[in-house]
Formats: sequence, C-alpha cells, structure tokens
Amino acid sequence: MTYTKKDLTNLGVCMVLSLIIIPTFIKTEYWYTSILIPWLCLALATIGQQVVMGYTGQLALGAAGFMAAGAFAMFNLILRVPDLGFVGSLIVSGLIAAAFGILFGLPSLKVRGIYLMVATLASQFFIIWMIDKFGWFKNYDSSGIITAQDIVILGKPFTTPLAMYFVCLAVTTVLTLLAMNMARGSTGRNWMAVRDMDIAAESMGVSLLKTKVQAFAISAFYCGVAGALFAFCYLKSLEPVAFDIKLSFKILFMCILGGLGTINGAFIGAAFILLFPVLLNAVGNNVFHGAIDATIISSIEQVIFGLLMIVFMIYEPLGMAKLWENIKLKLKLKLTSSNRKT
Amino acid sequence: MVEELLFFMEVLVGGLLAGTMYSLVALGFVLIFKASATFNFSQGAMVFFSVLAFCGFMQDFNIPFVLAFILAALLMVVVGLCTERLVLRPLMNASEDTVLMATIGLGYVLEGLAQAAWGVEVRRLDLGIGDFPVPWIADNLKLFISALDIFAGLVAALMIIGLSLLFKFTKIGLGLRAVADDAGAASSIGIPLKHIMLLVWSAAGVVALVAGCMWGARAGVQFALVDLALKALPVLIIGGFSSIPGAIIGGLIIGATEKVLEVYIGPFFGGAIEGWAPYVLAIFFLLYRPEGLFGEKIIRRV
Repeated sequence: MTYTKKDLTNLGVCMVLSLIIIPTFIKTEYWYTSILIPWLCLALATIGQQVVMGYTGQLALGAAGFMAAGAFAMFNLILRVPDLGFVGSLIVSGLIAAAFGILFGLPSLKVRGIYLMVATLASQFFIIWMIDKFGWFKNYDSSGIITAQDIVILGKPFTTPLAMYFVCLAVTTVLTLLAMNMARGSTGRNWMAVRDMDIAAESMGVSLLKTKVQAFAISAFYCGVAGALFAFCYLKSLEPVAFDIKLSFKILFMCILGGLGTINGAFIGAAFILLFPVLLNAVGNNVFHGAIDATIISSIEQVIFGLLMIVFMIYEPLGMAKLWENIKLKLKLKLTSSNRKT
Repeated sequence: MVEELLFFMEVLVGGLLAGTMYSLVALGFVLIFKASATFNFSQGAMVFFSVLAFCGFMQDFNIPFVLAFILAALLMVVVGLCTERLVLRPLMNASEDTVLMATIGLGYVLEGLAQAAWGVEVRRLDLGIGDFPVPWIADNLKLFISALDIFAGLVAALMIIGLSLLFKFTKIGLGLRAVADDAGAASSIGIPLKHIMLLVWSAAGVVALVAGCMWGARAGVQFALVDLALKALPVLIIGGFSSIPGAIIGGLIIGATEKVLEVYIGPFFGGAIEGWAPYVLAIFFLLYRPEGLFGEKIIRRV
C-alpha cells in the first residue's frame, strides 16, 4: 500500500489544523465540549455506518445500538478489569460491539434492502433493552444515569476538554487511516464488489459470507469505539436512552448526506448534522430574539434535514462529499483555463 | 385450570385485537408497495401527521368531527399529490434503496411539519369509544376485552375487505397490479402511471389517518406513534410486503405472540420484551421464508 503525494499533504494539513491551529485559536470550552468532541465521535460512528452501508451496500439501521454496546462495555471493563487501561478497554469494547455486529449481521446473508433494515432494527432494540433490564451492566445503579469514570492513560488523567479532544482526535485519526487503507485495499474492493452486484461478486470468487460478516464486524467495532468515546468524552455519563433509535437515524443521515461510500463524507456529514441545529438556534436567538419557540426551531430543523435528504437523493445521491469534489474540479478547471489564457 | 385458560384466552384475544392495530399501519405500507414496488418508510410519519392534523382541526379550530375527518383526509390527498410530484416522479428511474432513503427524508419532513403546525404536546383523541372492557362480554364469557380493540378490529376487517375487492375486481385495481409488476410496460399500454401513483398515495394517506385515529384513541396523539409504526415492519416481513391479507395475518401473529411472550416469558427477563420480540420473530421468519407468508417469491435476475 503506497500513499500518493496528495494523501500525505491532506494528512499533513489535517494534522496541522487539528493539532496546532485549533488548540491555539480556540480557547472557549464550549467549542471542545459541544462541537469538536461529539463531531469526532459521531464521525467515527458514521465511518462505521459507511463501511456497512456505503461500501458494502447493506442497509443497516442500528449504529446507536452498537454504540451503546461499546459504551457500556467500556464502563464495565474499566470498572471490573482496571488492569486493561483506557486504550486496552477501548479496543476490547470495540471488539465486544463487533461480536454483536457479527450476530446481527448474519441475516444479511439471506436478505437485503428493507428486510435487512428490519433485522438490524432488532439489534437496536435488543441491545438497549438488554442494558436497561440487566442491572449488572449498569453496576446495579438505580438512578438510571451512571457517571462515566475519568479517563486515565498511563497514569495521567485526561479530564480537561482540551485533553479529551486530543484523546478523541488520536483515536479518530488512527481509525480513519485504518478505514481508508481497508477501503482502498482488497478488503474494500471486496466490499464494493458485493455492493455493486453480489451475485457477480460471488461468481468472481468473493466470499459473501466472509465479506458481509467482516463488514458488519468492522462497522460495529467502529461504532462501539465511537460509542465509548461519545459516552466518556462527550456525555460523561452512561444511559441507554442516549443511544435510542433517533441517534441511529442521525448517523444514517450523516452517512447519506455526507456521501455514501466515502470516508471524508462521514466527517462532512457529521459536521453538517451537528452544526446545522447550532446555526439554526443562533439565527433563532439573534435574528428573531427568541420570538420563535425552541420546539418550532427543532421542527424546522427536522423538515430541512428531510428536505435535504430528498433533494440529495434526486440530484446528488452521492452526497456532500461528491458536491465538494465537483466544486474542487470546477475551481481547478477555471484556474487552469485562466492560466492558459495568460 | 379454567381460570388459567380464561386468562390465556384473554391475553391471546387482547393480543390478536391489538395486532389488528399494527395491521392497519402495515396496510398503508402494502398499498404503496403493491402498486409501485417502493417501500414507503414515511408511512409511520404519515400516521402521525394525519391524526395530528385531524386533532388540530377538531381542537384548535372547533371543526366538527366528521368535517375534520374529511379535511384531514383531503390533506392526506394533498400530501400524496405533493409526494408524487416532488419526490417520486424525479426518482422514477432511481434504485429501490435510493427511493427508500428519500422516503425516510419524507418522513422527517412530515414529522417536522406536523410538530411545527400543531405543537409537540400529547393530545387526547376521543372517538366516543372507550378503551375499557365491554361489559356484555365480561359478564357472559368472563373475558375482559376492550371496546376500542373490537372497534379497531372491525374497522381493519372492513378496510381489508374493501381494498381486496378494489384490487381484485375493479379496473383501477388491475391497473395497480400491472404497475406494480412492471411500471414501464404498464405505462406503454396506456395505464396512466401518474394517476395511479396519486391514487395509491392518497389511499395510503387515508389508511394512515384511520390507523392514526385508532392508535391516537388508545395511546394519545404523540410523537411515539412514529416508533409504534416501526412495529408494522416485522408485521410486513411476516405477512409479505405485497399482500393485503398478509398484513392482517402478520399483524395478528405479531400482536398475539408479543402479548403471550410478554405475559408468560417476559417476567423471567424483567419484562418489556415486546420492544424487540417482534423484530426477532421477524428475523426467524426471514431466515426460513424471506418473502413472508403471502408474499410473492423474490426472484432476482442477474
């Protein structure tokens, strides 16, 4: 696997931006706790959704269930197996989520489309119910909301918003690079072959069983890790309600609006879905000075998300990532043509 | 022993009748799937939207019951018209999954619009039929069965019979079936595709309104109706996506199993298993009979 010059510059730009520019220029905690950290976590979960939906073409709708599995696995691992450490627990909780992913991904061997969506809904409802009903998962806490433990890596506490941001950034960077490698390598090509025509892929020697189960496992792993980060760095508490079907839909929207089958689409989509309500609220408060009720604003937000979904499906089914590509291409064409003239 | 049996009967009948409520929602899905082979994910949102509009007309504008119902039905026709024009027609040649995702978006639009127009608080809907046991049945058969359940069962039965007759014996029904089979071929022999689509979406809207009234009378008109409507999905899987009787049988199976499992097995697991039991049941059906009990066998050509 070799990287092109473009890849390396992209990575460099992202690293400079996220490691130097953001920490030096953004000082308000609000940005870290309410925007950057959830953005990274949800983008990671969206990559998980991308693997199964964008790359393998399996309509799944249970990302939040796997996130819940990851989050509660993390809580229990830190509680019961403290020797594992934060990073170790994070990996193991990802693996536990992956096990659920394999279990609920099995129906994908038989069915597709909406049928599969229903099967994956089972995972969503089952995992949440299981965590809710068996006290062990919540360490017999009766209040329903458990405070997440502090993040300690190699004896050092990571509790300030900036430190947590770096934790999320590190995990997201590593997993994003991994996902890109998988998507470009033979693994990803198998996924895409199954997506584009599973029967043809099978006759070319791609094992459907292996490819689909692998995609579900990897997807659930990403969602699990994302869920653990989401609970420990963003919510700082654990409650099953936080991972309800609404979150699954949100991640689905991030995935589709961002651009199916793209990794950068996951980040664009997550940013959009996360930032748009903030923007809308700001407009409501500053332009109309609170004259519009908050519930109306959230309804309008829902309508706009829905409309965007329809508009994108009609005009650009590949989402914002493709839109961005198109803009770049147009700019490039303009630049080169104006260069030629002079 | 007799008491136990009676209790079991009560659970079973209650489940079956509750199942018809799922059937009513599932019916809307089937209508659209049968005529256009598209899966309309927004059916749940349509249920919520239509019944909230109905309540809004009645409670905010003091429009009498019947008139409000007609207005709400007309509103659903308008929704159907807009959907056909703005969503389905541009997506005529798109893949199934793309259309499905567009209908998820449509669902969001409808939910948002309904809440923006009529607020988010839970509304009570009184159909004049109470959700309490019918005294006559309770006295004579010693079964406690809600009047609303029976009413919903009757309405569901009527709608099923009506729609089945429509599909089987009328020219429109024939056209609908032709379009579902092959939209291109159907339009080439002169079946007006646009009218058919409009008709089907309006019918699905009215079915959604009826289903919404039943659910609203039971659980209050609130956002949770959308999640309840998701339970129509396992119903469809069991009954088959393209079968009207399938929607009924599927609903009955889901309703009965869910209640029986909840009462007899639920306590061992701490209860509330009806949240996921229908979906797991659907998975088992998928493994053995992916096309559902009454669905047409899915043949995929390479």
